[in-house]
Amino acid sequence: MNTAVLPQRENYLNAGHGLKSWLLTKDHKRIALLYLITISLFFALGGVFATLIRVELLSPNGHLMSSDTYNKMFTMHGVVMIFFFLIPSIPAVFGNFFLPMMIGARDLAFPRINLVSWYLLVIGGALAIFAMVAGGVDTGWTFYTPYSTSYSNTWVIATALGIFVAGFSSILTGLNFIVTVHRMRAPGMTWFRMPLFVWAHYATAVIQVLGTPVLAATLVLVFCERVFHIGLFDPALGGDPVLFQHLFWFYSHPAVYIMVLPAMGVLSELVSTFSRKPVFGYKIVAFSSVAIAVLGFLVWGHHLFVSGQSLYAGMVFSFLSFFVAIPSAIKVFNWTATLYKGSISYATPMLYAFGFIGLFTIGGLTGLFVASLGIDVHVTDTYFVVAHFHYIMVGGAIMAYMGALHFWWPKMTGRMYPEGWAKLSALIIFLGFNLTFFPQFILGYLGMPRRYHTYPDEFQVLHVLSTAGASVLAVGYLMPLVYFMWSLRYGPVAGANPWGATGLEWQTASPPPVHNFDEIPVVTGDAYDYSRVVGEVMEVG
Amino acid sequence: MGLRLFPVQASTISVETDHLLYFLVAVAAFFSLLIFAAIFYFAIRYRRRSERDLPPAVHGGMALEILWTVIPLGLTMVMFGWDASIFFKESRPQDNSMQVYVVAKQWMWKLQHAEGQREINELHVPLGRPIRLTMTSEDVIHSFFVPAFRVKQDVVPGRYTTIWFEPTKTGRYHLFCAEYCGTNHSRMTGWIDVMEPQDYQAWLDGGAAMGSLAASGQKLFESLACGNCHKPDGSGRCPSLVGLYGRPVQLAGGGVVQADEAYIRESILNPDVKIVAGFQPLMPTFQGLVTEEGVLELIEYIKSLSPAAGTQAGGNGLTPEPNTLKNSNQETPAPIERPGNR
Repeated sequence: MNTAVLPQRENYLNAGHGLKSWLLTKDHKRIALLYLITISLFFALGGVFATLIRVELLSPNGHLMSSDTYNKMFTMHGVVMIFFFLIPSIPAVFGNFFLPMMIGARDLAFPRINLVSWYLLVIGGALAIFAMVAGGVDTGWTFYTPYSTSYSNTWVIATALGIFVAGFSSILTGLNFIVTVHRMRAPGMTWFRMPLFVWAHYATAVIQVLGTPVLAATLVLVFCERVFHIGLFDPALGGDPVLFQHLFWFYSHPAVYIMVLPAMGVLSELVSTFSRKPVFGYKIVAFSSVAIAVLGFLVWGHHLFVSGQSLYAGMVFSFLSFFVAIPSAIKVFNWTATLYKGSISYATPMLYAFGFIGLFTIGGLTGLFVASLGIDVHVTDTYFVVAHFHYIMVGGAIMAYMGALHFWWPKMTGRMYPEGWAKLSALIIFLGFNLTFFPQFILGYLGMPRRYHTYPDEFQVLHVLSTAGASVLAVGYLMPLVYFMWSLRYGPVAGANPWGATGLEWQTASPPPVHNFDEIPVVTGDAYDYSRVVGEVMEVG
Repeated sequence: MGLRLFPVQASTISVETDHLLYFLVAVAAFFSLLIFAAIFYFAIRYRRRSERDLPPAVHGGMALEILWTVIPLGLTMVMFGWDASIFFKESRPQDNSMQVYVVAKQWMWKLQHAEGQREINELHVPLGRPIRLTMTSEDVIHSFFVPAFRVKQDVVPGRYTTIWFEPTKTGRYHLFCAEYCGTNHSRMTGWIDVMEPQDYQAWLDGGAAMGSLAASGQKLFESLACGNCHKPDGSGRCPSLVGLYGRPVQLAGGGVVQADEAYIRESILNPDVKIVAGFQPLMPTFQGLVTEEGVLELIEYIKSLSPAAGTQAGGNGLTPEPNTLKNSNQETPAPIERPGNR
């Protein structure tokens, strides 16, 4: 039946057998696959909640489920997608797998801690799932006080505890990346020879290590008020509800960059590989990641423009929010310039890269709308904001995640996927995404508030369009599940470097051997030097 | 009616907000099309023709980098100046505003006019007059959102927030709660009825049975026996409240506070926090004894004791005639000669 046989050579997949060899592995590549399976399940779960939300919103009167159920649906959609899918997604899967390989290392600096971090995500996820099965949580993923501490009768503490535990997973992954990049680079791999994927992950790791503890502390404070009635946020107990929002967004705005910086790192790899040119303005793109990580900590107050913070605080945060847009804009310009006079391939990962640039551009530009005080007063807490952050999170982060999956799948599994189906699904995802979320910009400016179970009839047409788009999107996401499973068994064998890419991960076998490289590579030139690789491709071909 | 794609403009601010929106849409459309066109053009023009293609490496160009840093930076600074000026205007109520009080609770809007009308989930306002809302919540955070006016402000328990708008078009406009507040968040909605001034006056006259808010406040003031200590001539144990509103107050231990609505609310519910210089902390808290609406009535009454404050503090164009209320304190019992707090 299947003519392609995996090479008998020992690799990380066939080096050990049995459940124990996976559950106790210290190999960063196996841990990356454990993450891939885990977060795929969470993505599916979050997708189920999203589907139920969209089906409910087909009608303005909320006939499908009760308001309490609906409120739990959007809360759990947000909690699962953000804390258990998007935050781990690219770093924990592709960062874990490829960051050591890209700098010529045999593993991460702390392989055991790496395994612990996966277990922490699983434990945190299990707590969150327990909360959902036990009855769910209805506070919104933002846990705004005093609703979450004094009013909600749902499983707030179990969910918060799950997020708290998963947060340590994120911190440990970040810590591991920072130490690995500092200490484990191969001979000759200077900072400015590192692929931009590594730079992006380094910047992300700094946010994870500095930001996540603030979220942990905030959740502990929520716990103290909800369980022990210590007055922190509830004015009835002497607390300040807006204080919670400052603490929450001090983490959760930088968390946006935890989700999108790794995606930008992926983009640099894809755009360069599939136009066979070095990324235009390498150093500028590298430093823009660092700039985003730093500036990202200074803009949290733009979530509080109508919360009652002072007029002047609002102005300062608006000003700084415009600043953080600049490094992102610079990246988009540089990627576009990289295409100029390139040799552009339309392989599936590149289609996702094109999709990312287009959707992230719209997401970023609408970010200027919500950074503008005068506009934000009108659109905050409406579907405009919902559309904006889905353009960043789904149109940006998940498009890049899908691009990364298609790009590195041959390296991870040693098999190619069916290119035609993959291109079709990329197209379906792009169209479905826009149909789902573009109408929401209009809905939001019309005034449709977010988190509404029922809504006035006049908004129905746009909601129906959005739900139609979501069905298309769902088909697009299901297709890769099928053809990736198929390719594991029937896919053509991929060579070591099917794309003609320059990263060190492509200089070793697919799938890679247990210790990544038979010999530690010595780096002699810049990243993205295609003259070397095209020579190799020619030899093979 | 058909499908509406743009909200009605029914306030002065809505027009200005939309002008900024048009500018932002133009900038966004320009850059989106620029990027899309460049990608499409490059992708087709430079498509891979052979697996052996090796395009010349270009590592960057500083002039371009500076260009596409400086131009977006300049544009965003224009946006910032523009948006901040709108927000500044939105945040500062006009001096001649008509005062309305809003108390939000799960899941209902309670609105009180200074003249005494109380409404639930519906607010009648006259055309062409700035309206200032002073808002608080009895439980969780809510948000007062009128899309047709392009205004929104969170309504936070334990403090007052304000919002103002000037309606420019008669009609009936959605009021939404925009901050998630629990089970029936999506049903915490209502209407703003903008009426011709004469219709509004007729509506006011039709329902003024219970007297002005300040008069209700006066009754509450008397039933709580506040006047026992807060004597109008300053001879009580506590400071006189006449002329208090809008005036700076010297505090014990240094510091000055403006006697605004938030200060008066705090002094009723947490009297120990800010003690007036020269007085003792004698006043008990009225937390639990006075509802948020009651506190607002007391504030309105105290405002009415400061005839000039309505314009000075920018709050209260429709304060009832002070002379009808001034005499209330005269019924208070004889003073006990000891200094006290407010």
